[in-house]
Amino acid sequence: MSSKILELNKVSKIYGNLKALADINLSVNAGDWLSIMGPSGSGKTTMINIIGCMDTPSTGSVILDGVDISKENAANLTRIRRDKIGLIFQQFHLISYLTAVENVMVAQYYHSMPDESEALEALSKVGLADRANHLPAQLSGGEQQRVCIARALINSPQILLGDEPTGNLDEENEGIVVDIFRRLHDEGVTIIIVTHDPEVGDVAQRKIILEHGRVIDDIDQSATFCKTDGQALKLKAK
Amino acid sequence: MANKIRTGSRKRMYMKMVSGSLIRRASRLIIAVLAIAIGATILSGLVTIYYDIPEQLGREFRSYGANLIVLPHGDAKITREVMNNLRNLIGTVKIVGMAPYRYQTVKINEQPYIIAGTDLSQAEKNSPFWYIDGEWGHVMIGREIADTLNLTVGDTFTVQGVKYGEQAEASRKDLSAEENQKRNLAHQNFARKFTVKGIVTTGGAEEGFIFADIDMLDELIGDTFRADVIECSIVADADELSALCSRIENEIPELQPRAVRRLTQSQDIVLGKLKALVLIVTVVVLIITMISVYTTMTAMVAERRKEIALKKALGAENKLVMSELLGEGVLLGFIGGALGVFLGFEFAQRVSLNVFGRAINFQWSLIPVTIAVFIAITVLASIIPVRKVMDIHPAIVLKGE
Repeated sequence: MSSKILELNKVSKIYGNLKALADINLSVNAGDWLSIMGPSGSGKTTMINIIGCMDTPSTGSVILDGVDISKENAANLTRIRRDKIGLIFQQFHLISYLTAVENVMVAQYYHSMPDESEALEALSKVGLADRANHLPAQLSGGEQQRVCIARALINSPQILLGDEPTGNLDEENEGIVVDIFRRLHDEGVTIIIVTHDPEVGDVAQRKIILEHGRVIDDIDQSATFCKTDGQALKLKAK
Repeated sequence: MANKIRTGSRKRMYMKMVSGSLIRRASRLIIAVLAIAIGATILSGLVTIYYDIPEQLGREFRSYGANLIVLPHGDAKITREVMNNLRNLIGTVKIVGMAPYRYQTVKINEQPYIIAGTDLSQAEKNSPFWYIDGEWGHVMIGREIADTLNLTVGDTFTVQGVKYGEQAEASRKDLSAEENQKRNLAHQNFARKFTVKGIVTTGGAEEGFIFADIDMLDELIGDTFRADVIECSIVADADELSALCSRIENEIPELQPRAVRRLTQSQDIVLGKLKALVLIVTVVVLIITMISVYTTMTAMVAERRKEIALKKALGAENKLVMSELLGEGVLLGFIGGALGVFLGFEFAQRVSLNVFGRAINFQWSLIPVTIAVFIAITVLASIIPVRKVMDIHPAIVLKGE
């Protein structure tokens, strides 16, 4: 039986008169692959910021790996984020003056100790071993996102958190990235993805639908979840 | 192939990020480097001049004459040994000119004049402002004497006088004038014919003297070296000169030194004003450089908000991100400062050559000092902009579009 890695209990986030999240309850087991979907303004990003230790809830508790992070100060949240979370961004956010391998090593540097061979191995896992010494400007969008994934994975986080990770990719690269997620899921990595794209949302093991800051649906997709390694999304795209 | 960073090297990674940011964003930072380099150029140039001005200006002031007069006590004279002691005490490096003078009354055409025996080459160094019709050398006469005796360059004249230690004897009534002269010449008196080599015009008392070589004068009057006064031109300010006078009084009791205060005080006033000017310009340059660095760093932090937010999102603490930005500031200060040292020397050299007509020495100590000062200035000017890192929230800045 999988252990609980994340638990949100009656989490709300209020900005002035706006309630971005309202009494959210959510439980995620280690190794789960979740997609969080919903229209703009539904609270997806607020939720992922709270899970990713970049924001704190107004009320409620967030238990990450057994620790309540909802009352932690900024410095502690930074430390927890560094140790437990791997972040993937829609805009990739690679450092323009560092090569692909150096961008991966930056995450190692802030976490513990840079190790080039490990960074190269991480790039190799996302199929970019031969692009390790290229600057971001010399890489395609898909390649940049794969560097971003390698960077997110380099410190072996407990949760891989993606905010619209395929939002800026074409269909082919979208398929490549989803295949990487699938492989990571098979390896036991916990993945939580925020996405607008129903096709990306559908390939996850579990789909959470948000609307007006509330969970309106929590769909278990295990039955339709494609276990075979491969081209699920690409096939859909075709 | 990019440079490999060895396993476990956090320092190397830090340097890689700091230098990579500067090198790969060089076009953005060239203005900041230029601002620092210009500031460092002016600063190091002015400091070079500042330290060289007393030396340069001191030498300029030496062209206005001796600034130290050394006299014997009472009726005593200064021997060569004492003069050598004086030279050793002052030190040859500081001496521009050191001319002993021996004054002897002589007669020309039965009229009394004073002949000043001196070291003419040293006197020339002490008195570059003398106007000489003809040339420096043995023997020169003052303009006043030349006009009285109607002498011009190349003319000859005869000086007569009583030898050292002898008394002039009265003419004997039983001898003719010619016999009396022969008798005097043989026993107590001297007479010698000189050719005028130069006529001295100074507008001062010097125009009433005959200037001859002191050794020749000693030989003429039949005595050894005995100077009445030594005129010295020394590279020193008023304080140094005062200290030197005290040392001379203490170490060579036969002498009584007197600083020519009019000259040394004028020199100090001019130097003081120049130093104040240099100081003001230096402060202004430092402030302008700081403003320039502050503006550049503020723009840099604003421009790199996403990068900073990303680093914080990856788990970097504020102080670590700030240390990276300050590291870039240090590197900017280092590059700008290093450039400025050498450009500053070139600047100071040109100023010195144009204003004083002589080259200056490179101050090696300026390299570390200038670089350290500009690193400090850059870091100081960067502190406020870099502290803005703390206000950057990754969740807001990295929000998906």
